[in-house]
Amino acid sequence: MYHKEKSIQIKNSASSLYNNLGVLRIGPRRLTYFTVVHANVVNMVSASWDGLNYSHRQLQSKEPNVATSTSLIIQAAFCVLPSRELLVVTSQKGIQMYESDGSIMVYWHALDTPETPTAQAVFARGISAVWDNYICVGVSSGSILVFDVPSKGSNITLSEVLEEHKEAITDMASECSGSQECIADLVSADDGGNLCIWKSGEEFQLLNKIHGFDMSCSSVKLWKGTVVAGYGTGQIRLYEAVTGILHAEVNAHARWIYSLDIAPFSGLLLSAAEDSLVRVWHLNMTPETNSVEVAHLHNECVTDTQICGAKFCDADGYAFAVTGYDLSEIIRYTQT
Amino acid sequence: MSLKTLPLVFINLGGEMLYILDQRLQAHNTSDDNSEKVMNDITATMFSKDFVDELLKPQQLYSHRTLKTVLTRLAHASIMRLNPASMDKLYELMLMAFKYQVFLCPRPKDLLLITYNHIDTIRELVKDTPVVVNQVDEMHRKMIEVYSSLSEGEFQLLRQTLLIFFQDMHVRLSLFLKNKVQNPNGRFALSTSGPVPHGIYVPGLIRVFDSKGREVRRSQFPTGGTYSSSVKEGCFELRGDRVITLGVNMYTVHHPEETQTCKAPPVKTNDTPNPLAKEELNLLARLMGSMKDENKSKTETGFWINLFTTDEEEDQASDSRGADDSMFGLISIQAMQDEQAATELAQIAGQFAEQKQPEFTSCTKGDDLLAMMDDL
Repeated sequence: MYHKEKSIQIKNSASSLYNNLGVLRIGPRRLTYFTVVHANVVNMVSASWDGLNYSHRQLQSKEPNVATSTSLIIQAAFCVLPSRELLVVTSQKGIQMYESDGSIMVYWHALDTPETPTAQAVFARGISAVWDNYICVGVSSGSILVFDVPSKGSNITLSEVLEEHKEAITDMASECSGSQECIADLVSADDGGNLCIWKSGEEFQLLNKIHGFDMSCSSVKLWKGTVVAGYGTGQIRLYEAVTGILHAEVNAHARWIYSLDIAPFSGLLLSAAEDSLVRVWHLNMTPETNSVEVAHLHNECVTDTQICGAKFCDADGYAFAVTGYDLSEIIRYTQT
Repeated sequence: MSLKTLPLVFINLGGEMLYILDQRLQAHNTSDDNSEKVMNDITATMFSKDFVDELLKPQQLYSHRTLKTVLTRLAHASIMRLNPASMDKLYELMLMAFKYQVFLCPRPKDLLLITYNHIDTIRELVKDTPVVVNQVDEMHRKMIEVYSSLSEGEFQLLRQTLLIFFQDMHVRLSLFLKNKVQNPNGRFALSTSGPVPHGIYVPGLIRVFDSKGREVRRSQFPTGGTYSSSVKEGCFELRGDRVITLGVNMYTVHHPEETQTCKAPPVKTNDTPNPLAKEELNLLARLMGSMKDENKSKTETGFWINLFTTDEEEDQASDSRGADDSMFGLISIQAMQDEQAATELAQIAGQFAEQKQPEFTSCTKGDDLLAMMDDL
């Protein structure tokens, strides 16, 4: 179903972090941007669709005070809003937002770090664009910061802080930005496997809370009102977002799942784990019977590699890309 | 990221160090008394109350240079001496062994079982000295107290922090190559068969439910591997069957070639020597200061051991080892930004210089040691 293409070499190897691959497709310029986090650096590659041009850039984590310790980056992700696209980078110190090509930093938000270290690590993790004008970022305390983003310029403001999770946020996802009307448009996941379903607005509304099983939910997606969640048990669960009804459960991987992605036009689901396997599934929603079909389509084994990032490169799922711990390349696969 | 890595780092790396030194001591036909003394002295320093208390404070995992400096000091807590080339080799062996254990750790929580395997084996090595055994037990109890309540998510964060620390290290260990756990390119082998970790379900099953939560359909999918059910869970108490074998002593007495590495291509690290951050200097000062050497008798005869198979090899390695040649050079403190830390370190360095050096069997190597100490 898929075959391996030529890999893209990156300047450093990928670090073992959840969802460690960002992909942004720029149609008009026939380019795709990729981001991979290595310790305190984000490696960005801009790849032309004809496979002939690659340009590289590295973004450093921001230090408010140079004399302090290295600030590790936890996540880098593209946020696509109707009016603009931003690259959001979260670290132990705070949140940086760049223009999507990484050229200019447009916003910096410092996290409250205590004077003397307490037992709990402080960092930001979990990034999602929501609706027309919000970017939400999770924090290790369980809070979610909601930023209001104007259609251009750097006048980004912190609009709200959502306090519902008690454990560190792991991942967040949304659907229906722009014209479509959705009941729920944001899902947030934490280290206890708890999921919160939100409706965005001037004041975000909590629609539902799905309790976890004391096992981290490392990656989450929202599609057609269904939450697709990947866990440290190697399982994938599909829940109806607003009611919390469990539609399906898959014993998908033999190790911790690190990344999930959905191709919204085709309903293809990608899952990747530390067991060195990437799997492609098909989701079929039947609203009339309120049921979901999960069909397994394809496996790829990345030999001896604990995968940390896997994403589709386009909305149909025609191609996908994979990163692994200690690997200095982005591996690509395309449909045959 | 995680602020709880240091105790795990020191116990596991210290444990590997003791395994390797034990094997080298045997290979050198060291007397039982001397071997026992070295094991006891190093263990007693590593598990001393002050050192343990410093480790347990929440703090970042700093650079390899700091870690190596402290481990070098630990290795020299007794009458045994290692020259810089051998110390470099020891550090590489220790790190790669621990990287292997962290990488292959079945569940993040099993990092504790790996640590307890090290503690169990260390306890065996010093079993004839009750005072030291007590120290080991005390540390073990503290570990159980601090780490038992962490969630799987927190353990995974801890593991991710350690993996970043080991990133891009691919030194090949003879023992690993022989057992096929490491490939010739330095990568560890990951199997897609065997028992799944405890608490994980064997892959292959898809279950679909109705709105009332009843299962309406189940189907199988091809996993591309051959997985079986998990074995029983290891014991997290002071004594017990740990089940997993990562962290036990993999070196055997009669095969000294096991503690050999293959010539690795130079690692391109991006940590160019620069002044240590203030917090890192403070940590270093506290850790070094907390390692007391009351046991040091000024009239004892010291001896050297060699991590290479022959003295000639060690000399060659020493000669070719420039100031920055080893993967992670020792710290040379030239640009110090914090006066207080500078004073503390000067005091510690002074302590080393003031002590009368024991008589060495080979005088020329004593110069290397003094030079190394001066660098601090």
